[in-house]
Amino acid sequence: MRVLQALAVLMLCLSFSTVQAAEKEINVGFIYVSPIGDAGWSYAHDLARRELDGMEGVKTSYVEAVAEGPDSERVMLNMARKGYDVIFATSFGYMDPMLKVAKQFPNAKFMHCSGFKTADNMGNYFGRMYQARYLSGMVAGGMTRSKTIGYVAAFPIPEVIRGINAFTLGVQAVNPEATVRVVWTKTWYDPATEKEAAKSLLDVGADVIAQHQDSPGPQEAAQEKGVYSIGYNTDMSTFAPKSHLTAPIWNWAPFYRNVIEQVRNGSWKAESVWPGIETGIVDLAPFSAMVPKELQDRVMAARADIVAGSNRIFVGPIKDQKGAVRIAAGVVAPDQDLLGMTWFVQGVVGTTE
Amino acid sequence: MFRVRITRRQEPRGWSSWFVLGAAVALSLVLSGVLLSLRDISPLTGLAVLFKGAYGSRFAIEDCLIKAIPIFLCSLGVAVAFRLQIWNIGAEGQFALGAVGATWVALTFPELPGPILLPAMILMAALAGGLWGMVPALLRQRLQTNEIIVTLMMNYIAILFLDYLVYGVWKDPTSYGFPMTSEFPPQAVVGKIGSTSVNWGLGHCLVLGTVVWVFIRFTRIGFELRAAGDSVRAARYAGIPYDRLVVLVMVISGALAGWAGFLEASATINRLQPSIMVGYGYTAIVVAWLARLNPLTIAIASFLLAGLRVGVENLQLDLQVPAAFGGILEGLILLTVLAGGLFTSYRLSVRRS
Repeated sequence: MRVLQALAVLMLCLSFSTVQAAEKEINVGFIYVSPIGDAGWSYAHDLARRELDGMEGVKTSYVEAVAEGPDSERVMLNMARKGYDVIFATSFGYMDPMLKVAKQFPNAKFMHCSGFKTADNMGNYFGRMYQARYLSGMVAGGMTRSKTIGYVAAFPIPEVIRGINAFTLGVQAVNPEATVRVVWTKTWYDPATEKEAAKSLLDVGADVIAQHQDSPGPQEAAQEKGVYSIGYNTDMSTFAPKSHLTAPIWNWAPFYRNVIEQVRNGSWKAESVWPGIETGIVDLAPFSAMVPKELQDRVMAARADIVAGSNRIFVGPIKDQKGAVRIAAGVVAPDQDLLGMTWFVQGVVGTTE
Repeated sequence: MFRVRITRRQEPRGWSSWFVLGAAVALSLVLSGVLLSLRDISPLTGLAVLFKGAYGSRFAIEDCLIKAIPIFLCSLGVAVAFRLQIWNIGAEGQFALGAVGATWVALTFPELPGPILLPAMILMAALAGGLWGMVPALLRQRLQTNEIIVTLMMNYIAILFLDYLVYGVWKDPTSYGFPMTSEFPPQAVVGKIGSTSVNWGLGHCLVLGTVVWVFIRFTRIGFELRAAGDSVRAARYAGIPYDRLVVLVMVISGALAGWAGFLEASATINRLQPSIMVGYGYTAIVVAWLARLNPLTIAIASFLLAGLRVGVENLQLDLQVPAAFGGILEGLILLTVLAGGLFTSYRLSVRRS
């Protein structure tokens, strides 16, 4: 009888402890547009995911290289059906599919990166990468001799256009006569195409190459030609140590950890957040030794201004390519305008179409 | 010494070719099991997760059916052209044009009631895809161009045209500058079958598959097509209008791919956006070959290949196998099945010399 009692107590304890553990454990799913071996965008997110995996009571998984259409909807549905508590979708094209899935699974939390739609259980987030782009533009402007900087651009969408504009404003802050030539690849991850696009910019005299895609292709092209380059997403210096000056980089871990904490303590709300360099979500990779000390100091001073909020970057007067004033003197462009930006600032050579 | 002689069979193997097929697929699964075990994943668990993700639940089967629809229609189309030994690599572009045609109707006449609007969209999609397919056929006759190259090149033109529209004139004014048309009105959306998540495109597939089968099998033109496909010279000698047949198969081929484009835009995305292009036109070629150009086996092969792609996502999510594994597995299956063709259409005999 006593044995039975002991057994019953033991069973009760066991079942209780498993119930408790199940309550605590948070399952987090990530969906990526490119393979995580890309050294770029998805890799940066996955670095943060791996950090979450180390948190107590958090389990993560991911699906990589998912196309931005019905495929992504299916992947998110599969995650939601398996009881994932938080789902992060890290590409613009996942917005509408995520919205559809979010409506079907009101108990799960959905977070979409880089879009603009929200629901009761779906928020969106992004980082003010344009701030780091501006700083990397200053580096490019300080290093160019030919006063032509090449920019291998991904898709003509506001995020990319905003980055090119901020970069160009940074270039002009140190080198008012320099121009930024833009070539579109219409790819996020296609090493060969992106490398070729960089070569076409080198052929027209660019001596610093910047990029928006996730592959280090443009970096390699710059190194082969013996000119400078600015990376993106993560520190790409290992791919082109002789040309890589710096890179505007993502650091998602603190942000993601914060979201998980919020979900755990019940304070999570579906909202749109757009944190900047002051939170560390975006920053500049360490400078290469090729960047002179004076230039480094100048860039770091500008960084301090941006962190302090005294340099808002898109402050008028800012003219477009035709010379028309798009942001009036003294006006700080509101976030709405930045999020929907479809025009280039003066000094960019190329079209937004 | 032994010598292996390879001789062509007069008649291909009958039912025993199914044995060869099964052995080929089994071999590819064994090879991929080896790959899994290299990543310290038990091959049996891996394959179980793969199959569970593909066919293990009602949801999974529905997902596979949804994904199989565009693959089936594109493949049905290219198989008609392949019958005549016309190598249409252009299903991808014809699919894009079909989606464009359907979208044009949906955006231009949003007020029309569904029973008129949907057929009009189908008609326009089939027309756009069919005419796009006709161009390489005419060029082939007039200028003796190679249809493989022309259809392939025209894919890029079609996709860039689609991009031009969604980045330009058709861009949704409320999309913050992102490339997508506004959402279709509800009556322009192909509905779902009962309480399932599968759309009525499945019904379209059944009807079109039957029509194509009857056309090839029981009509005079179908007979001419099969005869001309076996031997062009014999067909010409027999007075079969070969040139007209080439145009006809390319139009049918393009119209079916265009129809698939309509379904994808209407039923699964509800709008036109660049990510509608995920390579179904190329997958279709693989499927048509695996299925030996027979409509019924194309249906089975489409379903299996869709299952493979859906299942691999589950494999990624549960066991964190890289996305590239799916591509490797697909490649292995194609390779072993095509290599297996050696045993079905040739006779191997070993002799002592």
